[in-house]
Amino acid sequence: MKRNVDIKSMKYEDFNDNEYIEQMLKELRENGTNVIVGCLDDVIEWGRSNSLWPLTFATSCCGIEFMAIGAARYDFARFGFEVARASPRQADFIMVAGTITNKMAPVLKRLYDQMADPKYVVATGGCAISGGPFQKSYHVVNGVDKIIPVDVYIPGCPPRPEAMLYGLMQLQRKVKAQRFFGGVNKSISEKEYEKLMREDTNKAEDNRDYDESGLA
Amino acid sequence: MENNTAIKDRITAIEPAAVWSEAGDGLFKVPAASFRHLAEQLRHAEGFDFLRSLTGVDEGEEGLGCIYHLENTGTGENVAVSALDTDRENASLPSVHDLWKGAGFNEREAYDFFGIKFIGHPDLRRLYLRDDWKGFPLRKDYDMSLNPLNMENEEANDDSPSYVMTKDGGYILKRHPLFEDQEYVINIGPQHPATHGVLRFRVSLEGEIIKKLDVHCGYIHRGIEKLCESMTYPQTLGFTDRLDYLGAMQNRHALCMCIEKAMGLEVSDRIRYIRTIMDELQRIDSHLLFIACLSQDMGALEVFFLGFRDREKVLDILEQTTGGRLIQAYNRIGGVQADIHPDFVKKVKEFIKYMRPKLQEYHEIFTGNVIVQQRLEGTGVLSREDAISFGATGGTGRASGWACDVRKRHPYGVYDKVDFKEIVLDNGDCFDRYMVRVKEIEESLNIVEQLIDNIPEGEYLMKTKPIIKLPEGSWYSAVEGSRGEFGVYLESRGDKSPYRLKFRSTGLPLVSCIDTISRNAKIADLIAIGGTLDYVVPDIDR
Ligand code: SF4
Repeated sequence: MKRNVDIKSMKYEDFNDNEYIEQMLKELRENGTNVIVGCLDDVIEWGRSNSLWPLTFATSCCGIEFMAIGAARYDFARFGFEVARASPRQADFIMVAGTITNKMAPVLKRLYDQMADPKYVVATGGCAISGGPFQKSYHVVNGVDKIIPVDVYIPGCPPRPEAMLYGLMQLQRKVKAQRFFGGVNKSISEKEYEKLMREDTNKAEDNRDYDESGLA
Repeated sequence: MENNTAIKDRITAIEPAAVWSEAGDGLFKVPAASFRHLAEQLRHAEGFDFLRSLTGVDEGEEGLGCIYHLENTGTGENVAVSALDTDRENASLPSVHDLWKGAGFNEREAYDFFGIKFIGHPDLRRLYLRDDWKGFPLRKDYDMSLNPLNMENEEANDDSPSYVMTKDGGYILKRHPLFEDQEYVINIGPQHPATHGVLRFRVSLEGEIIKKLDVHCGYIHRGIEKLCESMTYPQTLGFTDRLDYLGAMQNRHALCMCIEKAMGLEVSDRIRYIRTIMDELQRIDSHLLFIACLSQDMGALEVFFLGFRDREKVLDILEQTTGGRLIQAYNRIGGVQADIHPDFVKKVKEFIKYMRPKLQEYHEIFTGNVIVQQRLEGTGVLSREDAISFGATGGTGRASGWACDVRKRHPYGVYDKVDFKEIVLDNGDCFDRYMVRVKEIEESLNIVEQLIDNIPEGEYLMKTKPIIKLPEGSWYSAVEGSRGEFGVYLESRGDKSPYRLKFRSTGLPLVSCIDTISRNAKIADLIAIGGTLDYVVPDIDR
């Protein structure tokens, strides 16, 4: 079954070729889907891609530009991103806007783990992509992809608001090209994915002494 | 300087062991053993009540130590004192946290970076790095490979260590609990929309009342000062924009000024005019964002949009000339990157005309609002003494009645040629902190208006050597950043990169006083207090 990726107000051709998404589409086309499931998928993905909710997560300079796209001039509400959530449980994607330091890294990982699937990560700015100007520092993570999987990279220092919008629309395209039923299409199979998640959650807790005196 | 000789004699009288060293701005070198005595005298007898900056240094063979920049707020006298301990393994200095409250956090920073133990400091934890961090990163012999990325979650450490001097000259480590067993402690941050970035508080509550507040910094500590030591001077400029990104122009101005001072380079009038105008535009930008964020924190979303609407106008002007919206990279050593855009003057004038009536709109919608007034008036009071002692400069200090504007105290740029009021209010509460900033927008407009028509002709970039080397010495320059005194301490050993570069953070004093001013406030007021203190976290953590 063929699936188109349309984004409101911007034509498919207007995006420069994105091999990665083309690849996903090719896979979809080749494997084919059940008509009913496919149609349902289409509807769900259409809805999902137009109401992606970001987690408000800004550590530094890029965060101010993130606020700027929330304000009236650039207004990402036009594309359905306006509901910035302060709780990771309610967010669809995390926009890592700013430098991630060694001290912040475990916190970011925890936030990511707390988000409900399907979830996405947008690395915004040089710092989140590679450490940016602080790459040689003793306390900066050289790219968030070292800790969490990244879906879209938006280069810049800081990226212009337009660039951020473009990047977010790339994310919409990616969401559209995914299969909601039967795997989140994360380039690994569903089984593998589940196994990984299990391993992660079942990791032995560090042996803290729980105070059980209060338990009946 | 006349002042300076007088103070020199007085210091030698107090402490004959103090040696005046001439290189650069000049400073007094005091042996660690007699430092405490001198500090006490300076604070109490000489009235040096404002610790401008405390810089940890690693002088190699000469040992580890600190440089204290002091100012007497009454007379405006300045002095710099350095104290070094030659014992690198067990470097220790007497703490001065009881003389200047602002030293508390700064000493923790110096301990964190250099491993200097401050005897008598009540809470000598690391300030920025994790408690399990190995080594001290700003020491010259620090090994980068010691601390690979650690993905384990950090344990909350509730002990605060302190070193106490024993009679025989040694010292012992004591630990006190930070919070009592029965205390109800909640955690706010580091990812919390109302902390303006990644700051973390641990708050002990009794009902709704804050009993104690513990600030955790370092979630955006990027190691800029260490990075600078391996960069050439023009390269170091890039980092200043990224410290306090709402004061990008002023920060860079400070560093350029400091380097130019060290080079002995006078810049042309045109450059000074352009820099001053840019600084003020940046201040307007920052204060507008302040109003926007404060209102958003308090739930008034409309003002958030208004603030951003007007801020975009400033950004347009800046962008036309500099090419950047947030990180402008405009100032350079010996001038500015490019001449002003042909439309610059016209656009700025239009903006002034546009902005003045708009300020009224903020007053109508926000300032006059009952909820705003009730939440801001009388909450989070910072007294004048505390403001000076903590070194809380900028709008916060001026709201507490302390005339601390660097533009007046140590004029730079062309601030001595323009006529502007220093806004000083005296309640010290959240509302005054808000009002100071709104009124400062007006003053900034006035300053820009006076300058914009008179930008003299001349060079916009002075000729400098392709490779910039500074003579030996140390210099300190400061500008009035968007949220207080932003200072640069530069120490050179004659190389093309700095030996030590320290940025006096505008925000660190603000968060160090947050415990004092939020005690006995309601937990909900913490948001208003944090909002009106107006700190930018990357500037605190550096
Ligand atoms: S990429 Fe640039 S603008 Fe963004 S957080 Fe890093 S330094 Fe700041």
